[in-house]
Amino acid sequence: MPSEIVMARDLTVGYKGRQVWRSANFSVNRGEFVAVIGPNGAGKTTMFRMLLGLQQPLSGTLRVFGAQPRRGNPKIGYVPQRHVIDNETNIECIELVRLAYSGHRWGLSLSAREEKRAAMDALEAVGAAELADKSLASLSGGELQRVFLAEALVSDPEMLLLDEPLSNLDIRRAKELVELIGSVVRSRNVATLLVAHDINPLIQFLDKVIYIANGKVATGTPERVLTSKNLTALYGTHVEVLHDSLGHILIHSVHGGPEEPPEEDEHAARH
Amino acid sequence: MNMLPGTEIASALQGIFRYQFMQHAFEVGTIIAVVAGIIGYLVVLRRSAFAAHAYSEIGFAGGAGSVLIGTTPLIGSLAAAILGGLTIAVLGNRASHRDIEIGSVLAFAMGLGYLFLTLSSGNDAANAINLLFGDILGVSSSSILLTLVVSLMVLIVTVLVYRPLLFVSLDEDVAEAKGMPTLLLGGLFMVLLAAAVSVAIQVTGVLLIFALMVIPAAIAVRLIKRPKYAIALAVAIAVLATWAGLFIAFYVPYPVSFFITSIVFAMYLLVRLLSRLTVSRAWRPGALTGA
Repeated sequence: MPSEIVMARDLTVGYKGRQVWRSANFSVNRGEFVAVIGPNGAGKTTMFRMLLGLQQPLSGTLRVFGAQPRRGNPKIGYVPQRHVIDNETNIECIELVRLAYSGHRWGLSLSAREEKRAAMDALEAVGAAELADKSLASLSGGELQRVFLAEALVSDPEMLLLDEPLSNLDIRRAKELVELIGSVVRSRNVATLLVAHDINPLIQFLDKVIYIANGKVATGTPERVLTSKNLTALYGTHVEVLHDSLGHILIHSVHGGPEEPPEEDEHAARH
Repeated sequence: MNMLPGTEIASALQGIFRYQFMQHAFEVGTIIAVVAGIIGYLVVLRRSAFAAHAYSEIGFAGGAGSVLIGTTPLIGSLAAAILGGLTIAVLGNRASHRDIEIGSVLAFAMGLGYLFLTLSSGNDAANAINLLFGDILGVSSSSILLTLVVSLMVLIVTVLVYRPLLFVSLDEDVAEAKGMPTLLLGGLFMVLLAAAVSVAIQVTGVLLIFALMVIPAAIAVRLIKRPKYAIALAVAIAVLATWAGLFIAFYVPYPVSFFITSIVFAMYLLVRLLSRLTVSRAWRPGALTGA
């Protein structure tokens, strides 16, 4: 079985009349834990949409499992950025996971026991068995993310795409979730791409970073990518990478204050 | 109200069923309540209540058109609502949430319906009131058959697409990535909803459509976390409210749809009140930190 799951050569993506990023080369191998990092609107969600076959590249080559990306590839488990979960979504967690397993089937369910078993296994794999009969609307942010992870794992994928799972969590919950994802990556040997703004909660678990900024993409191990020289080249402005005594990283734009740009909606890049 | 002893209810029902219009009303009302409870659950889950209201008012224009040319109102309202459903289906999923566009279309539909009623030769005030507030006691034999056929078709299609539709309603992004036909399913639901609404307005009228199409399901969603059981409860509430409304209206000279609306609304208030009490007892800070 080939170990290369994703291969991008000279890949340029965007929308009519607008390139989001260009000439990117990167790869993801079986069982790798990869962070996709970059400012809002840099095109991180766009990358996922390409991998999912929901959007076509403007030019270049993209291979997923050795073939053109196609919508509905069962080898991919996906957790999108925002789920609408509000008070009206009073539905037990196991039902969502179960639908991810059998929701594509038409007609009445003929194998309820098997579906329930698969959903329970997925919930157990993320330590959320006790949430099975809880309402989605009653969960905390961290619990929700675990259930979404189970939803993605229930079809036993070989690659996980997780879009900003940490964005609504406090530091402690984010750390717990990253540890859980890290252990899922190792125990199931499932390649995982995780979109995040901040690399710090992830850094000790990562095999690779894909850094997107300023229409360009840099990739490699965290130590190789996250240097002042590389990020300065990427952003086209003087950027310094500072390390603290605990191994945390601060990415700092020397001229314009802290690097993180003002909030803008990532979805702006999708329309 | 004092409960009647069982034997008295039985003899009361015997009295009621001696009248054919009451038999018909119970038959049609029951079919419609079943359909409304099931489709209503998906309406609540998909937050399509406004679309339900829109089809109802588009159905008014069609029903009034039928009155003008002298056919059964149900035929006109079905045709108009399904046409509206197909239009929104073709425009795409997101169209069902475009409040301004839908609002503009339904205002025009109401105006058109008013014009048709004014042009028709009969008593336009009575026709308008029947269309707006329901006319279950005046339902004709041909309407019963048509209602039965449309309801069965809606139910069969709903059973066929139940799981994909539930999944798409709950998690559209993941369903899309899994290659499911989200646009097709959303469009299909718009047509199912349009058909269900146009049969239901016979009971509740155009303006009280929420009484059967939204409120029973809204109650069920609050009480039950498992979709199949929630749907069963929504159906039970809609059916019981319809029966109770017909039963009371036989003895009390006020409109059926008023009683049905009042019964489901009282239940809704009660459930909201009870859930507020239980939620405040089980309140925990963690429940609010997540998104």
